[in-house]
Amino acid sequence: MNIINIEHIAKIYQVGLEEVRALRDVSLRIDKNEYVAIMGPSGSGKSTLMNMLGCLDTPTSGKYEFNSVNVSDMDDNDLARIRNKEIGFVFQTFNLLPRSDALHNVELPLIYAGVSYAERREKAQKALVDVGLADRVHHKPNELSGGQRQRVAVARALVTNPSIILADEPTGNLDSKTGEEIMQLFNDIHDKGNTIILVTHEEYIAEHAARIIRLKDGLVEKDEMVRDRKLPKLKVSV
Amino acid sequence: MRYLLFELKEGMMIAFRALKANKVRTSLTMLGIFIGITVVVLMSTAIKGINNSFQEGISALGSDVLYIDKWAWFSNEEWWKLRNRKSITMSDYEHFKSLAKLPLAVAPVINSQQTVKIGDKRVDGVFLNGSNADYVKTTNFTFDQGRFYNEVESNASRQVAVVGSEIAKQLFPRGDALDKTIKIGNANFKIVGVLAEQGSFILGPFNPDNQVFIPIGTIFKNFIAEHRGTVTFNVRAPNPALLEETKAEAEGVMRKVRGLKYDEENDFSINQQDGLMENYNSVVGVIQIAGLFITGLSLFVGAIGIMNIMFVSVRERTKEIGIRKAIGARKRTILTQFLLESSAICLLGGIAGLLAAILGSMMLNQYFPTSIQVDAVIIAIGVSAITGILSGLAPAYTASKLDPVESLRYE
Repeated sequence: MNIINIEHIAKIYQVGLEEVRALRDVSLRIDKNEYVAIMGPSGSGKSTLMNMLGCLDTPTSGKYEFNSVNVSDMDDNDLARIRNKEIGFVFQTFNLLPRSDALHNVELPLIYAGVSYAERREKAQKALVDVGLADRVHHKPNELSGGQRQRVAVARALVTNPSIILADEPTGNLDSKTGEEIMQLFNDIHDKGNTIILVTHEEYIAEHAARIIRLKDGLVEKDEMVRDRKLPKLKVSV
Repeated sequence: MRYLLFELKEGMMIAFRALKANKVRTSLTMLGIFIGITVVVLMSTAIKGINNSFQEGISALGSDVLYIDKWAWFSNEEWWKLRNRKSITMSDYEHFKSLAKLPLAVAPVINSQQTVKIGDKRVDGVFLNGSNADYVKTTNFTFDQGRFYNEVESNASRQVAVVGSEIAKQLFPRGDALDKTIKIGNANFKIVGVLAEQGSFILGPFNPDNQVFIPIGTIFKNFIAEHRGTVTFNVRAPNPALLEETKAEAEGVMRKVRGLKYDEENDFSINQQDGLMENYNSVVGVIQIAGLFITGLSLFVGAIGIMNIMFVSVRERTKEIGIRKAIGARKRTILTQFLLESSAICLLGGIAGLLAAILGSMMLNQYFPTSIQVDAVIIAIGVSAITGILSGLAPAYTASKLDPVESLRYE
């Protein structure tokens, strides 16, 4: 069954008097437990597509079905609920709350989901252990390394047990070794049955995925399966 | 409903986290509300205190007493018209007393201002009250020591005096006033009674505490020639309910005493403390409203400070708002969070201000009557909460409307 079913969506921005067609006509389907990379040069519309997939934005035209529910014309509150329950975000710049410790950052989506204090503490704790940060629970972001911060962000994305993990250039702010570690973490997450959508412009990062969708000028240029998929070299303790 | 409570609780925790993270800014912002609430509460307690003591003072005068006088306390008449009225004399008094049936007591009163001395201690400008033994029946006086002068003493115009508590305190700090002889003007008077504390400071020289009471005959003998003074009758109704009837009777009797024809205007006035209260309210009420308004302005300035800070805070935390929205915070959640933050600032500032005002009024109480009432507490807390919500409303709304994509991109 499809988790994501997009049919002919377009997104047009009005910049001054000019119309910018960020997405012209994109259709795609993503199944459960797929590992998809979305690639494309800047201006190709991949950020717009990602915002659309993440329910942060709605298309100008076309249909977007998420878990068979049409989200293309939902209001802000319903979109917020979908983001909270169904989507886990991982951003290039981590986007953690700077003044809160790792545990609070991870429990934040659970607060918005209305989970009680004791339960969400436990879940957040477990999510942090799962990403290998058992001993960093009460550290604030500025006391953590870049890789550790991104692990906190991954834990936050996973803690609500979402339908998809949406990662936007997750290694963009990391050195290559740390980046590789994060990619292995994604592989592990994928192996556990999660659906991952990865947005990147780095070929070697995209090669971790099983399927690569290439965008150009707001259109899907190529949609292909990866033949020699990169698999983790070293096992990260999970 | 349950979710709403949950949201409130979590919002509160988030708000306190944010306030704690910005201690200096939070406390400076709070200071505005703190000062506002302090002055407003202090002002209102002072007003209340003054009102209370005025009311006490007035009721010490007796709410059931009429004052028949040549002069009107409050009147639109031309001053010279009142001045040209005939003086009220002691024979008017005798005549009135014999005709008026309703009053519980009628006492003639004439006042003079004199210096009172004992040894090297002196009090200048003391209000001397000259009357007769019935005077005490027109008041609610209580005595610290001794008694009021009696009928024999007043009829014989003996040189005896009853002193108010404040005068006694000043002349006899050790409290041994009774039976001492004091000098009033150039005459000697023996103290036969000392009043317990009666009234309130607000009445000034009219406060019995600051007065000396002597038989009316001794006033005529020593201070004012009888034909030059005009006497006031203090007429006490048998009970407050009969005040109006007593007044009506007094007017009729007085017209007869003064020999007025049916078409002639009264050449006397019947005053009562109602008028005093009305007059007080009309003058002091305006001052009170002005005072509250001015102190209220300082609270308003504090509120603007909060609004300003909240706008800055929203701008500064645009990214945070974006993150929260991306991971599922709804518009309402963000709105609540910022409203709670501004309310918390106001409430904390308000409570601190209230405590300061309570302390302040305790200190002021030594010089000045103040009284902190429960309603002042409720109003202070209510006002600060409302201030918080109102001043947070616009910034919180701005925050809740932010677009998640744009605010995530904000650096």
